[in-house]
Amino acid sequence: MTAFVIRRLLQALAVLFVTSVIVFAGVYAIGDPLEILLPADATMAEREQVTRSLGLDKPLIVQYGLFLWNALHGDLGTSFVYNQPSISIILQRLPATLELAFSALFLSIIIGIPLGLWSGLRRGTTVDETIMTGSILGFSLPNFWQGMMLIMIFSVYLGWLPSTGRGQTGTIFGVETSFATWDGIRHLILPAVNLSLAKIALVIRLTRAGVQETMPLDFIKFARARGLSSRRIVLVHVLKNILIPIITVIGVEFGSLIAFAVVTETIFSWPGVGKLIIDSIRVLDRPIVVAYILVVVTMFITINLIVDILYSILDPRIRSKAQ
Amino acid sequence: MSALTLRLLGNGMLSTALNGIFASTKATIAFVVCLILVFAAIFAPWLAPQNPYDLMQIDFFDARLPPLSKSMSGMTYWLGTDTQGRDMLSAMLYGLRTSLGVGLLAGFLALAVGSALGLLAAYARGRLDALIMRIVDLMLGFPTILIALLILAILGQGTWKVILALVLVQWAYFARAARGAALVEVNKDYVEAARCLGLGWGRILFSHLLPNCLPPLMVIGTIQIANAIATEATLSFLGIGLPITEPSLGLLISNGYQVLLAGLYWISVFPGLLLLTLVFSINIVGDRLREVFNPRLAA
Repeated sequence: MTAFVIRRLLQALAVLFVTSVIVFAGVYAIGDPLEILLPADATMAEREQVTRSLGLDKPLIVQYGLFLWNALHGDLGTSFVYNQPSISIILQRLPATLELAFSALFLSIIIGIPLGLWSGLRRGTTVDETIMTGSILGFSLPNFWQGMMLIMIFSVYLGWLPSTGRGQTGTIFGVETSFATWDGIRHLILPAVNLSLAKIALVIRLTRAGVQETMPLDFIKFARARGLSSRRIVLVHVLKNILIPIITVIGVEFGSLIAFAVVTETIFSWPGVGKLIIDSIRVLDRPIVVAYILVVVTMFITINLIVDILYSILDPRIRSKAQ
Repeated sequence: MSALTLRLLGNGMLSTALNGIFASTKATIAFVVCLILVFAAIFAPWLAPQNPYDLMQIDFFDARLPPLSKSMSGMTYWLGTDTQGRDMLSAMLYGLRTSLGVGLLAGFLALAVGSALGLLAAYARGRLDALIMRIVDLMLGFPTILIALLILAILGQGTWKVILALVLVQWAYFARAARGAALVEVNKDYVEAARCLGLGWGRILFSHLLPNCLPPLMVIGTIQIANAIATEATLSFLGIGLPITEPSLGLLISNGYQVLLAGLYWISVFPGLLLLTLVFSINIVGDRLREVFNPRLAA
């Protein structure tokens, strides 16, 4: 087990290293770093200073070392727009995005699993066909357009929910969150639904596939022979078995929710990192872009690592396979 | 090329695919819709009531007209006009042309690059295989939108840059599928026979292995074209995709987003419906193809 964890940890570090090389190569080596890192109206003195502080006169490998050194010390440059260290701006905005992603994840589980179970147990019927076609529709719906339609229907025509912004936040256990106030929750509903729709479709498909694989197995037949009710078989025996792969995929998908929050946050003017990165790309605020990518990739790798380790605890077969 | 086509027909893959599609009503409808949309995209300049990007044909006084309005000159704007006075139907047909063109081009380039690398990995094995698959795993570990954002943040905007980003995002799916299929094929007798005949690896790869690995690639290809279209639309909506000079459906929807709250729903709703119809029907066809070529799922 320890060997497995250490090996995965080394792999994760390798991926992080590769990403840092790519980001470095992309932002510092391919483009002109002076043009990228300096505002257009920079003076000669400022140019001089940046050239020296970045060590642009040194060989590329030394430059990369410097970049890595600064990054490891939390220095990923200063935003031109906000005039603050880019990393602290990202960290300020991150909680709003995490809140959105968690809400979407929650929705996709409580809606996706029951629908997937229903569809899988009623294979080949109209119910199954409808749910499956619905799930294809779910991931065919362009995320941004679907969000606009939600705003149009629920904010403009029905006037039930607010269309943009995060609303009032309150504090629960010292964490600032929208869940604390009714206004906050009302603001959260539409963005969360928008972000979750494609994931609901995914969870439905996974659950249905799991049900189909599990139902013909011997232990289900045995459970039936023991006279257990269908309800108990499905809710306890089947569900327990298909939950492992679902949890794994959901864990990995959490990272993609954070990435896709870019779209949702842009439409709903949600003040998270996603909206920040799009605004920053548009105005060429590269230090923010670098910080965003490195932070998100690090989160991603950490999540994958945790999921892998959890998976190997839940399913010992994985461990032996890896050895 | 003709030899390859003949072999495909000989394999009966195309007829299997078509028979499979026509056996399902849902897939048949979706397939016909796809064909109609491709036709509409190709002939957009002749089908569209006006050329929406010829300033001579646009009347600014016709801006923001709701669907079914008449223009000063008596032309009917079936789907209304946008804030510049363009006929929405025409703009959508031209947008469809751009979206479909970019999606298909990116899809096929990714197919070519990805399957070549996947076949090579399966055939060469050893270090090359390990290297290619490591990169594939790395790419597949991250969501497409994040990689596309990274690439476009570095490269900047532009049609070819978007296509490059889409290819870089998607080749890994093809590589994985091609390698998976080729690993099964590579041990079969015909490959051994080809090797004994002293054929070069390029010939074995592309005229012996490739045709036998096509079914899974076709399934992935269909779905990835839908993904490419949706991703391009998303990037264009976010303002980091195609330039304004080549308005795809995503950009049209983005224009509509500015005026949605003012109640001008048709500027974003209709292009969105068209995009949805396009992506949805390609996905339905892809889903059907997967059932046809993967009997394990259909069982």
